This record gives sequence, C-alpha cells and structure tokens, in this order.
Amino acid sequence: MPPYTLSVNGRSHTVNVPAAMPLLWVLRDTLGLTGTKFGCGIAQCGACTVLMDGEATRTCTTPVSAVSRRSITTIEGLSRDGSHPVQRAWITEDVPQCGFCQSGQVLAAAALLAKKPRPTDAEIDQAMTNICRCGTYQRVRRAIHRAAGEV
Amino acid sequence: MTRATQTRREFLQTGATLGASLVIGFHLHLPAPATFKPNAWLEVHPDGTVSIWTGRSEMGQGVRTAMPMIVAEELDVDWQTVRVVQADANPAYGDQMTVGSRSVQSSWEPLRKAGAAAREMLISAAALTWGVPPEACRAERGVVRHGASGRQLRYGQLTARAASLPVPENPPLKPPSEFRIVGTRVPRVDSADKVTGKAQYGIDVRVPGMAFAAVARCPVFGGRVRRFDAAPALAIPGVLRVEQISRGVAVVAENTWAAFQGKKALQVEWDEGDTARWSSDGISRAFADAATHPGLSVRAIGDVDTALAGAARTVEAVYEAPYLAHACMEPMNCTAHVRGTACEIWAPTQNPQGIERAAAKLTGLSPEAITVHVTYLGGGFGRRGGPMDYATEAIELAKQIDAPVQVVWTREDDIQNALYRPATYNVLRGGLDARGAPVAWSHRLVGPEGGSFLLTRGADELIYPVPHFRLERVIEDPGVPVAPWRGVGPSQNGWVVESFVDELAHAAGKDPYAYRRELVAGHPRLVQVLDLAAERAGWSSASPAGQARGIALWQFGDTFLAQVAEVSVASDGAVRVHRVVCAIDCGVVVNPAGVEAQVQGAIIYGLTAALYGEITIDRGRVAQRCISCAATRRREAWARRGCRRSRRRCATRSSRGRGSGSGGYRSDGWLRLPGLAPGVSRA
Repeated sequence: MPPYTLSVNGRSHTVNVPAAMPLLWVLRDTLGLTGTKFGCGIAQCGACTVLMDGEATRTCTTPVSAVSRRSITTIEGLSRDGSHPVQRAWITEDVPQCGFCQSGQVLAAAALLAKKPRPTDAEIDQAMTNICRCGTYQRVRRAIHRAAGEV
Repeated sequence: MTRATQTRREFLQTGATLGASLVIGFHLHLPAPATFKPNAWLEVHPDGTVSIWTGRSEMGQGVRTAMPMIVAEELDVDWQTVRVVQADANPAYGDQMTVGSRSVQSSWEPLRKAGAAAREMLISAAALTWGVPPEACRAERGVVRHGASGRQLRYGQLTARAASLPVPENPPLKPPSEFRIVGTRVPRVDSADKVTGKAQYGIDVRVPGMAFAAVARCPVFGGRVRRFDAAPALAIPGVLRVEQISRGVAVVAENTWAAFQGKKALQVEWDEGDTARWSSDGISRAFADAATHPGLSVRAIGDVDTALAGAARTVEAVYEAPYLAHACMEPMNCTAHVRGTACEIWAPTQNPQGIERAAAKLTGLSPEAITVHVTYLGGGFGRRGGPMDYATEAIELAKQIDAPVQVVWTREDDIQNALYRPATYNVLRGGLDARGAPVAWSHRLVGPEGGSFLLTRGADELIYPVPHFRLERVIEDPGVPVAPWRGVGPSQNGWVVESFVDELAHAAGKDPYAYRRELVAGHPRLVQVLDLAAERAGWSSASPAGQARGIALWQFGDTFLAQVAEVSVASDGAVRVHRVVCAIDCGVVVNPAGVEAQVQGAIIYGLTAALYGEITIDRGRVAQRCISCAATRRREAWARRGCRRSRRRCATRSSRGRGSGSGGYRSDGWLRLPGLAPGVSRA
C-alpha cells in the first residue's frame, strides 16, 4: 500500500503512487530521473535497466510495491562524474550512437563486471541482452573488455 | 565646466593611481569586452570558449560532432574550447531537415565559409589593433599572431573589435593540407552525456504543469473512430481527461503510466475502412498480378524488348521486398504547448521546420509565434523526417487542453501505427550477349504510391553499362502508410539490382567479383572499392568450410562502396552471417571515427532487417507488436522461447530467400549499404 519509501542513488524518497506502478515510471515521472529509459514496457529491450542491490533489473515490469528496501542505482547514480570504468570505457571506445539504449547497456555491463571481472565473449553475449537499434554491439563488447579488470 | 574638462580632471585624478597601460586604454576608449557572433553558426566568447551551433538533428549518426568540426577547422580554434549548441527551428540555419545522408555534404561549403569569415574578421581585428596589415598576421588555434613583431592576441581579446567589422562574403578557405581537425578521429561530443543519463531525448522533456497522453489509434490503417466510452479510462487514477483528435482518442493523465493504463481501459469502436481487406498473402498476389501488366516507364534507353528477344541468353527473376519498421529505440513522442498567441514544441525530430509549418497550419499562428526545440533523438532512420504524425497529434491535443502535453507512444503503437519502408515486387529480365555481358535490362517495379527517392531511386540508374534499359513502375497500393527508411529507395533496390547482377554472372558462368570488375573497369573509384573489399575478404582463396561468400557493389552520389559477406546456412535453414567486409570511398572524410561507426551500425541494421525484420499485414493491421518481433536479432530466440505476446499475433517469418534490402548511413557524402543483403542472400 502506498506510500512507498525507496532508496535511489543513496537518497531516500517517499512516493505516493499505486502499488502496480512500475518502478520505471516512478523514477522517470515521480522522481524526475529520466536517465532510465522506456523502450518496450515488457522487459524485452533493457533500456529500463537499473541496479537493484547490484543486480541488473528491468524496471518497466517491476511494480514499485515489490522494491521495498532494495538499494536502487540508476545511471545518474553510477558515478558522480562519469568516472565509473564502464562509463570511461564507453567514452574511449565511442560506443554510443543515438544513445537511447546506453543507460541500460552501461548498467548491465557494470553488473556483469561486478560478478565477472574478466568475462569472455560468450559470457558477454549471455549477459548483455540489451537491444541496440543503432548496432553498437561490437563496441559494447570492446568497451566491456576495456573496462574489465578495472572494476 | 564642459564635459571635456571634467573628463580630463577625472583622468588626472585616476590616472595617477593606475598603471600606464590602463591609462592608455582609457585614452583609446577600447570598448568593454563583448561577444563576437558574426553569423548563426558560431560565437566567440571573451573567455576564449567558442559556441558552435548545429542546425541538424543528432540521431546517432554523429552530425553533432562532424558539422561543428568543419566550423572549428576554418575558424582555427582548439577543439577542446568548443561547446556545441542545438539550434531551434530557425531559417538562419537554412534547410534543417536531416534526411537523405546529406547533412555533412550539403553543409561543407556553408560551414567552412562561416568559420573562415569569423577567422578573417579576428585577424583583421588584431591587425587594426596593432596597426599592421592583416596579411602580416596569422590565426592559429584561437590566437592571432603578428610574425614580424611576435605580438599575439587571443580570440577572446578580439571579440569586441571583430564584432564591429563587416563580414566578408568570400573569405579564403584553408587548404586541406592545413586541416588539423577535419580528417582526424574525433570522439563524439555527446558520449559523456549519453553514458551518464544527462542527454535529454524528446521523451525526457519535462516542463512545469505538463500532462502526459497516450492515443488509441485504429489498428487498421485509415480507420476512424465510430464511438468511444471514456468512462473506464477516466476511472483510472491519474487520468485527467479524454479527448478525441483526428488520429483517434487521447487519454490525458498526470504521468505516462496512468496515460498508458487509461488507454488500455478505453473502449473504442472503429470504422475499419477499406484497408482491412488486405493481408500479406493478398498483397503479394495483387503485386504479382499487377506485374503482368506494363507500367509507366520511369527511364528507358534503347529498345529493351528487341534486345531481349535477340539476346544470346535471357535470365528472369522476381524479388519481393517486405514492409519494414524503423523501430527506433525511443518510441515516438512529442511535447507541445499551445497558448492563444504562442506555440512551443519539443520534439526528437529530424525536421523541426516541418513541424513549425505543421504547427502554423494547425494553430493559425505565424511562424514567429512558434518555437520548435530539437532534442536528442533515440534513433531516426527516416521515421522522424518526412512523417509529421507524432507532432501533429501532440499539437492538436495541446490546442484542446490548457497545458503542455507530451504524447508518448507505447512500443506497440510504435510498431503498429507507424509508416513503413514500402513493400515492392520486382520482375527482372536480363539479356546477355555471347560473351555474357549484359545487353538488356528490364525492371518492372510494383509498389505503392510514393516519390521517386522512396520507390525507384537506385533502380533507375545502374553503375553497369547496359545499352538497352527500362525501368517501369506499376502502382498497387494496399493502403499501408509508407515513408523513407534508412537508405530509402536504394535500401531495397540495391538488393534487387545486385542480386540480379549475380544471376547474370551465374548465367554467364563468371565469378560475381570478376563479372562486376569487368563491367566497371572504366570507373576507378568503383574498381578500387571492389578490389579492396575482395582482397580483404580473401576472395581469391577458398572460403571457410561450410561458408559461402557474396559480393555487392554500389554507388550513391559521390560515395562508392563494396561489401563481401561470409554466410553459412544450417540444415534447418537458419542463416548465419560470420563476417562482413566493407570497403568505402566517401570522398572527403570529416570524421573517420564517425564514418566507421556508421558503417558498422548500418551493417547491423541491414543484417537485422534482412534476416529478421519483415513486417506482415493481417487484415489491414501490422501483425508484429514488439521490438523483438519487428526488428531485432533476438527475434528467433523469442520465437523459440515464446514471446510474451500471443504467438498467433506475432508473425515470426524467416525472410530467407525473400529477404529485404538494407539501409545505409554515413557521415560524409552519400553512403549506401544496400550491398549487405545481396551479399547475404547470394552467398
């Protein structure tokens, strides 16, 4: 039952929203954190990915009532200044094109590297299921290899 | 006392306490620091930083980096001092429509002139300050130097004086040998914002007091609202009102999710209209039937029918290209605010001036009262260029409510209520002489209504010399809305043409690489890219076990490219592309890093379309509903696992053998990648 208290990027927010409202829209519309994107609404594309207690989680199908005390990190909170190794690798490898999928890509990659510091190509393919219409997949892979070992 | 006397007294009183240079400064009455903005493209600030405007839209193709590079080059500043600013719709930026792979090419001269004019004015300003001829001064990296005396002034120090000078009409341009920025690999200027969540897309626009809306549109193209019941929608918490607009019924709410929920709850009855009788099989049959009748001649050389009749050998083939969805990552959206005397719009648009014109028509306001802001685009691919639907809906709705409103499309809306690359049916007949060279080429192209760039470009002029040629167009229009897709006409015509060239090579008993090479022998740029692609792909050596190679060659404007694809086909028919080699000559390259990224991305876009992207029509509706089914590499995986949607609703057709052409993109010149699908389908 509302209200819900959420921990987002280290800060506490209390929101009065319906139980079924997906976390994606709480983040974007209630809290104004628009870095997390809407791409499909059915957890297919990964644009809505955040870290929940470090796990890559698709928020478009996560009702706010299911979040409770888990710690949420959005793209805005991954680092203070873009200095996370994944963000730096993304910039060095010129990964983004339109960029709309990249919040989700970066967080999914950060979650992967936290679990597997030096993933193989096969492990990257397995973990990185985020969709990119601009076709940056090869650069995503290169950037993950670049960031590997630094996380 | 006279004013002059007062001034001298003040001068004497203050002069004693100030340094000599300042006293001289007062005496010469140098103007206070001011900014220097000689044209719409750039502004030099007193602190030495430079703002460079971009009038075109950034949708991933890199113009936000490439176009300012051109200005910065001629202006001669350090790239690190540049800040890029996105322009609103504004005639000062010329034609802002970002389509057709032409932004960098068409802007090359004007941007160079804009930067060069400013540079010349800064040089003149320095020369005036020193009392020396401008020819004795040189600008480099934001500093003007007088060689003989060693004096120098930074651009930031010259802004006020430069601003007072006339703008030269024809400033000298830098010789390319002196380029320090253009032609170098420059990292994208927007990467940092795009990996930190700071980049603002249309869907991220937030203005005070705004509402969010979702629109129920007839699932059958061209259908209309018969009646609707707003009550179930209004019962959803957060829903504010329900409004009918031309396209359908809009649910207006406090947040996006409530709008989506309201739209789901809304009850609408539709008058489906004529298009409901069309399904893909029927469209195919209608196209095939239409192809048995002659069409309008688009281009004809010689006498094709006689040449075919007299040819040593004739070849025939039929190619069917499907409808394709753009499936931009960011679903369609637009934010609009219409007040009595003004209209303000925020949109992820390739065509801000088009929106401005549409807004003027809808509101009756003059263009001066209309402001169109361009955000980042989460993909464009043509979907956000010509078509205005996403904008006109928002403007219409904004007229009816007293608040800014953002219309957001669900992904299902985005796939099903869109405009598509046209489906076409192509009958090719070729005639060869005794040596196997093509003497006759007949192409009958059946497809819907639309302009030449959309339907016939790429099929109308071949890079290969054929003495007897005819392209006919037959119109058969099922009523599925169509629009330019990445690469436009060439995206499917490239596949058709290059595939048929392979048929001719096969009939002539020749290797497809050698066959093409002989035909284009008189065109060095075509030969060069063809040779390079073949060489790098190892064409002359055997392909890896189980794999075959296909090759394609293309020209679009002043861009030439060749591709080789290495492909295997499994026993269950699954196609796997192992490697694609692309050789490209796009003339002057502004940002090699950008060209590379576009070539890589376009190959993926084209491959995805060719292997997975077919849009099918079911009773006047698009059968696909989600991004996986319409447009991604995950499609087969989803089909196997079971899509969250009903599998009956989403067609999972393999397009092997029928396939689709692929789109092309570029950062300089006209870059085409239609070669991809032919390379794949012929391998």
